[in-house]
Amino acid sequence: MTPIDAKRPLQLNDQGQLRHFLSLDGLRRELLTEILDTADSFLEVGARAVKKVPLLRGKTVCNVFFENSTRTRTTFEMAAQRLSADVITLNVSTSSASKGETLLDTLRNLEAMAADMFVVRHGDSGAAHFIAEHVCPQVAIINGGDGRHAHPTQGMLDMLTIRRHKGGFENLSVAIVGDILHSRVARSNMIALKTLGCPDIRVIAPKTLLPIGIEQYGVKVYTDMTEGLKDVDVVIMLRLQRERMSGGLLPSEGEFYRLFGLTTARLAGAKPDCIVMHPGPINRGVEIESAVADGPHSVILNQVTYGIAVRMAVLSMTMSGQTAQRQFEQENAQ
Amino acid sequence: MKLSILGARVIDPCSKLDQVTDLHLEAGKIIAIGAAPAGFTPTQTIEAKGLVAAPGLVDLNVALREPGYSRKGTIASETRAAAAGGVTSLCCPPQTKPVLDTSAVTELILDRAREAGNCKVFPIGALSKGLEGEQLAELIALRDAGCVAFGNGLSSFTNTRTLCRALEYAATFDLTVIFHSQDRDLAEGGIAHDGPMAAFRGLPGIPETAETVALARDLLLVEQSGVRAHFSQLTSARGVALIAQAQARGLRVTADVALYQLILTDEALVDFSSLYHVQPPLRTRADRDGLREAVKSGVVQAISSHHQPHERDAKLAPFGATEPGMSSVELLLPLAMTLVEDGLLDLPTLLARLGAGPADALRLPAGRLAVGCAADLVLFDPTASTVAGEKWLSKGDNCPFLGHCLPSAVRYTLVDGRISYEG
Repeated sequence: MTPIDAKRPLQLNDQGQLRHFLSLDGLRRELLTEILDTADSFLEVGARAVKKVPLLRGKTVCNVFFENSTRTRTTFEMAAQRLSADVITLNVSTSSASKGETLLDTLRNLEAMAADMFVVRHGDSGAAHFIAEHVCPQVAIINGGDGRHAHPTQGMLDMLTIRRHKGGFENLSVAIVGDILHSRVARSNMIALKTLGCPDIRVIAPKTLLPIGIEQYGVKVYTDMTEGLKDVDVVIMLRLQRERMSGGLLPSEGEFYRLFGLTTARLAGAKPDCIVMHPGPINRGVEIESAVADGPHSVILNQVTYGIAVRMAVLSMTMSGQTAQRQFEQENAQ
Repeated sequence: MKLSILGARVIDPCSKLDQVTDLHLEAGKIIAIGAAPAGFTPTQTIEAKGLVAAPGLVDLNVALREPGYSRKGTIASETRAAAAGGVTSLCCPPQTKPVLDTSAVTELILDRAREAGNCKVFPIGALSKGLEGEQLAELIALRDAGCVAFGNGLSSFTNTRTLCRALEYAATFDLTVIFHSQDRDLAEGGIAHDGPMAAFRGLPGIPETAETVALARDLLLVEQSGVRAHFSQLTSARGVALIAQAQARGLRVTADVALYQLILTDEALVDFSSLYHVQPPLRTRADRDGLREAVKSGVVQAISSHHQPHERDAKLAPFGATEPGMSSVELLLPLAMTLVEDGLLDLPTLLARLGAGPADALRLPAGRLAVGCAADLVLFDPTASTVAGEKWLSKGDNCPFLGHCLPSAVRYTLVDGRISYEG
């Protein structure tokens, strides 16, 4: 006997459109492509003198961040503002004992204030799923990062970056380097790349920073940087947290840099036109050499720009899917 | 009270009894199987045609939550739920508040259990004071108050030497020690089996070695100390292989598994449902198959519910922030009958794993159906079905099987010849 799960995927409405945006897992290629196409069209908005479109006029978007963030929170705020939504941002500190209660109560209070959409970042894997399923099913939930599980808007902005610089995914070799084990960005990127048809996805890390069974993502594992970077089109570097030095995961930042740091010399083994990405904030001299981060291959700052467009796309698509579903359910109820 | 049960298929795995016959009960005991003794006039009869009559189930781990956690369950509510699952004898673990490490707490539990009158309750005492793994609990005082065995749950001893001494002390008095072998350091921070599913969902993992490393150590210490040992809640195929090896070299150890571990795997975590958050965690399909084989071969003698009822709020949070455990004793028989339905076990073997197996592991006076034994019985219809949750007696509804249609239905549970549950 296996558990029953005849439910419609949590993040889709009856028409198969997004009503929440929780994870890239289970989303079809067409839907991911639609997000990228929509984001492309929004990039033009950012170039205008008046950077606003009225898609979310009269809607309230709440950013609820249970974990610190600068880039993600700011770009979500800008994305919502460019869509003409009202934006509230809350930085909720987590007390370890009553994490669940705080989360539940905070969101129910916000829901009572008639928010239309929550962008949530939380330290527990599955937090966004939990909120969408149990706390506020009528509010569109956007996952701004949950534990080690997923960071789907980062995943999509990375895909937009790759598509804009490489034209597509069909013939690419992409390497993801560093702390895969603790990285929600890596998980979202691996799923997105696979869904979009990237034939050669590589991860490069020591065994202590690789999750068990990572091969299931359809990736090739390398523990040697030179070998892993050979002829790749895209290098995605991950941030290495300082606390990884404790508990025997790594001996030191210095040794990590020696083995897995992205230097000009190492990058020479990749394709000449390869691009270098990083979700930020970067640790210069820990995972990436300054000359690379600021060099001609780097598209790190472009990623930030694309991030706003991708988040605009996700916010507008999800809001429309959620609204459609609510109308549909109301009509059915009548 | 004189009671006759007429025309049931009476099964007692110990005496290899399996025939359609009558049972006659008086003064809480079985006084005859087959023809009634001369002059016996029952005050009540149960027409049991089509039902199976078997020794009442013996569950080695049912958290009754009292004292200290009555928001999750009470002795009255959880023993009632157990009776509905066909249970007549159960052991309750020492994780209460205060911890079950004094005779006062033991007596309180036994008093309330007697008052409730749904099941026979056999407390498991804490092996160390406060389960802190530093100082021994007063084991003999606890034994004299009614504790049948001693364990420290998943809380480790502070060091191996202290554990070793605890085992030697217990061995001195021929006490049984229950192990929940899990290496604290390897399991630290983990909430799910360290495998592809946890990796995929970003859940911090508990490796299989957390069990096997601790189990290997514990088995060696058992061998050295000569203590009577029972290994509880095994989760991995390699774990049961270690038990089998120890048994093969003559070590007298017994083992149980949680029933849900024979049914579910870590694949259930795909939607982050906190109902599947259990400790030790659900493991892989290969592990489940290994556990099932061990139950079949008898390396694992006992199947227990490892029932852990919770209040709603305990499960209403993101996966990692929820409390582990399932409320499942109420479904013990119907859920276990899926193992017969699947063809893994024949009915007498299943009943042995739920009766005599667990009773013998802890030397409990239970699990037998014979003349002169206590009339602790379960009568169930093997062809009927139970819709889980249609009625629900446990205080905790944290059960992933609710809504499932399960094979068989408990009709009567009898404790000392008295009907404790009628379905």
